[in-house]
Amino acid sequence: MPALPATLEDLFRRQRIWRGGRTAQHTAAALPTGFASLDRQLPGGGWPGGVLTEILTAAEGGGELQLVLPVLAALSAAGRRIVWLAPPHLPFAPALAAAGIDLRNVALVRTARRRETLWAAEQLLRARACHALLLWCREVRYAELRRLAVAADASHALAMLFRPQQAAQTASPAALRLALAPAENGLEARILKCRGPRSEASLRLHINRPVHALDCPSPAASRPRDAVAWPCPA
Amino acid sequence: MQAEARGVRSGMGVAVAWALAPRLQLRERNPAAEHATLEGIAAWLCRFTPAVSLEPPHGVLAEVQGSLRRFGGLRALAVQIREGIAALGFSAHLSSAPSARGAWLLTFGETDTLLEDFSVLRRALGRLPIEAVCATDEARMLLNRIGTRTLGELLELPRAGVARRLGPELLEDLDCALGIAPEARRFFLPPERFAATLELPAEVEHVEGVLFAARRLLSQLEGLLSARQSGIRQFCVALEHRHRSPSRIEVGLASPGREAERLLELLRERLSGYALAAPVEAICIEADGFVPLAGLTQSLFGDARTDAETWHRLVERLQARLGENAVSGLGLNPDHRPERAWRPCPPDAGGPGGENLAFGPRPLWLVEPPQALIERNGIPQQDGPLVMLAGPERIESGWWDGAEVKRDYFIARSTDAALLWIYRTPGGGWYLHGLFA
Repeated sequence: MPALPATLEDLFRRQRIWRGGRTAQHTAAALPTGFASLDRQLPGGGWPGGVLTEILTAAEGGGELQLVLPVLAALSAAGRRIVWLAPPHLPFAPALAAAGIDLRNVALVRTARRRETLWAAEQLLRARACHALLLWCREVRYAELRRLAVAADASHALAMLFRPQQAAQTASPAALRLALAPAENGLEARILKCRGPRSEASLRLHINRPVHALDCPSPAASRPRDAVAWPCPA
Repeated sequence: MQAEARGVRSGMGVAVAWALAPRLQLRERNPAAEHATLEGIAAWLCRFTPAVSLEPPHGVLAEVQGSLRRFGGLRALAVQIREGIAALGFSAHLSSAPSARGAWLLTFGETDTLLEDFSVLRRALGRLPIEAVCATDEARMLLNRIGTRTLGELLELPRAGVARRLGPELLEDLDCALGIAPEARRFFLPPERFAATLELPAEVEHVEGVLFAARRLLSQLEGLLSARQSGIRQFCVALEHRHRSPSRIEVGLASPGREAERLLELLRERLSGYALAAPVEAICIEADGFVPLAGLTQSLFGDARTDAETWHRLVERLQARLGENAVSGLGLNPDHRPERAWRPCPPDAGGPGGENLAFGPRPLWLVEPPQALIERNGIPQQDGPLVMLAGPERIESGWWDGAEVKRDYFIARSTDAALLWIYRTPGGGWYLHGLFA
C-alpha cells in the first residue's frame, strides 16, 4: 500500500513547512538551554537537535562556553556522550567537573588540519556516536557547512559550531545562528537566523562569571595587589 | 591460465613450454611458501568446521557433516567455500564424499563432485583414473601395461595380486576411501599467530592496489581468528619494496575484533594520505596477541550494534586517520598545579579518577603552554592593559618532582571584555594560563 498522504499536522511536526508569524512547534528533541529567556526565543524552546547550530563569538574568554554548559551538564548526567572537536585551547577538566559535567561522558578529539576537523565532524555525526558535538573551525566554506548540516541532520545530536564573529557576514546553511558578545555581567545574545520567527531584539543572559565585573576597580587601581610578598630568593 | 590454453602441461620440459608460450614466466617452486599457503587456507577453512586436516602438498580436508545445517546444506556450503577461496586469491577443485580419502580422490576427477552417500561413492570412484592413487610412476606403468586405466578396473583385479605387486598401501588407500577401513587423520591446529605474505603479480604504486591485496590476507586472518574464537587488538602490515627495507604500518583497534571488512577499513584510513616510499612487491600481514572473543560477531538481528560498539569503531577510525593520541577522555588528577590537575585517559575510561583540588575559580579553557605577556608600567598587557579583578591565588607546589611552580594567579579583564586567568612568577614575568570562556 502506498504511504498515506501526510496530514498537515504531520508536515508541521516534521518541520517540512515553515510557518511565519508564530514559533514552529518543535517535536524533534529540543533541549532546554538552561536560560529561560533564550528558551522563549528559540523555536522549540531550546537547542534544536539534529541540525547545525552556529555560535559566533566576539572574543575568546567572553563567556561563550557558559552558554552551553547547562545543556552539557544535563546531557552528561544522563549518560550522553559529548565530544569536543578541535577546541582552540584545552577544555580544563577541573572547571568542567565544577560546572557539573560528568567527565566520563566527555571525549576530546584533536586535529592538526582544518580538513581533518571537518572529516572527523562528519564521521562523528554520521556514526551517531555522540549526543553533542562542539566543534571549532575558523574558516569553513559554504559547501563544507552544507555537508556538516546534512551530517547533523542524520544524527539527532546537538551540533554546535563555534566561529568568530566575522563569519556573520557570510551566508550559512546552519538552522540556528547565534551571535554572542560580552555584556555587563553576562552575555548579549542575538539570534541571527532560526527556523521560525526571529526576534530582532538581543537578549541579555546572566551567566556565571568568576568575579563580579560590576565592582571592578578603576584602571588606576588595577595595579596587582601584592597581598603577600614572595620570600626573597636566597 | 593463458599458458594452459596454449598447451603447456605439467611435467613438460622448459624448452617445450617456452616454445608453446614464449612469454611464459617461470618461477622456482617454493615448498615452504606452498606449505604456508596451505596452512593459511586450512586456517581460513576453520571458520566452517573445527575438523580440518592438511593433505600436503596441495590438499586440505574438512569434516563438514556437523556444519551442514548451519551453512544451509552441502551445495550452499560448497558455494561459500568456493567464493571464499576465490576471495583469498586461489582456485581449487572441490569435492565431497562420506569418507575423507574418498573426497580427496574425487578431486582428481574431471569435474567437481559433491557426494553425501556411500551408495554412489563406489561408482564415482570407479570412474577416476588410476593416477589418483598411484604414488609412483612405476605402479602407473605397470597398471597401464595390463590395461587398467580406472579405479573401477583396479578394484576388479584380485586383491592379493595387487597387494603383492603394488604394495599394500594402495589397497589401504582404496579401503579408506570406500569406508571399509577407518582412516586416522591428524587435525590441523590453527596457530596462535598470523603471518602471511602475498607476492603481487606486478609492482603496485597505488594505495588502492595495496588495499586490494590486503583484503585477501585479511580474510585469511579473519578465518584463523574465528577458528581460534579470538580477536586482535592490532596488526602490522609490511610493504616490501625491491630496493629498500620494508615499510611497516601498525594498525590498532579500539576493541578486539576480527572481521576482515573492519580491519580493511582501518587500514584504508591509515593509508589515506600515506605516500608509498617505493613500488610495492609484496605485502605481509602479521598479527599475534590473540585475545578471546566470544560469540558470533554476525549479529542475530541484523545490524543492531550497541552504542558502545559504534563508539569503539568510530574511535579507532579517528585514531587510524588522526593519530593514536588524537582521541582522549578527560580525567581529574589530584594536583594543585593546573597543568597537572587533569590527565588524558582512554576515551572510554574517562572520568573523575582523582579528587578535584581546585579551590578558586578555574577557567574552562586552559592555555597550554602558558603564553608570556608583556608588561608595561607594572601592568600586564594583552592588546591593551589588563584590569585586575581578583587575586592573587597562590599556587606553590611540586618541589618534589622537579616541576616546581610558584605562581600568583589573578583574574584580569582584557580590553575586549574577556576574562583571563593570568599568573605572575617570583621573577616578575606575567603569563596567560586560561580563559574564562
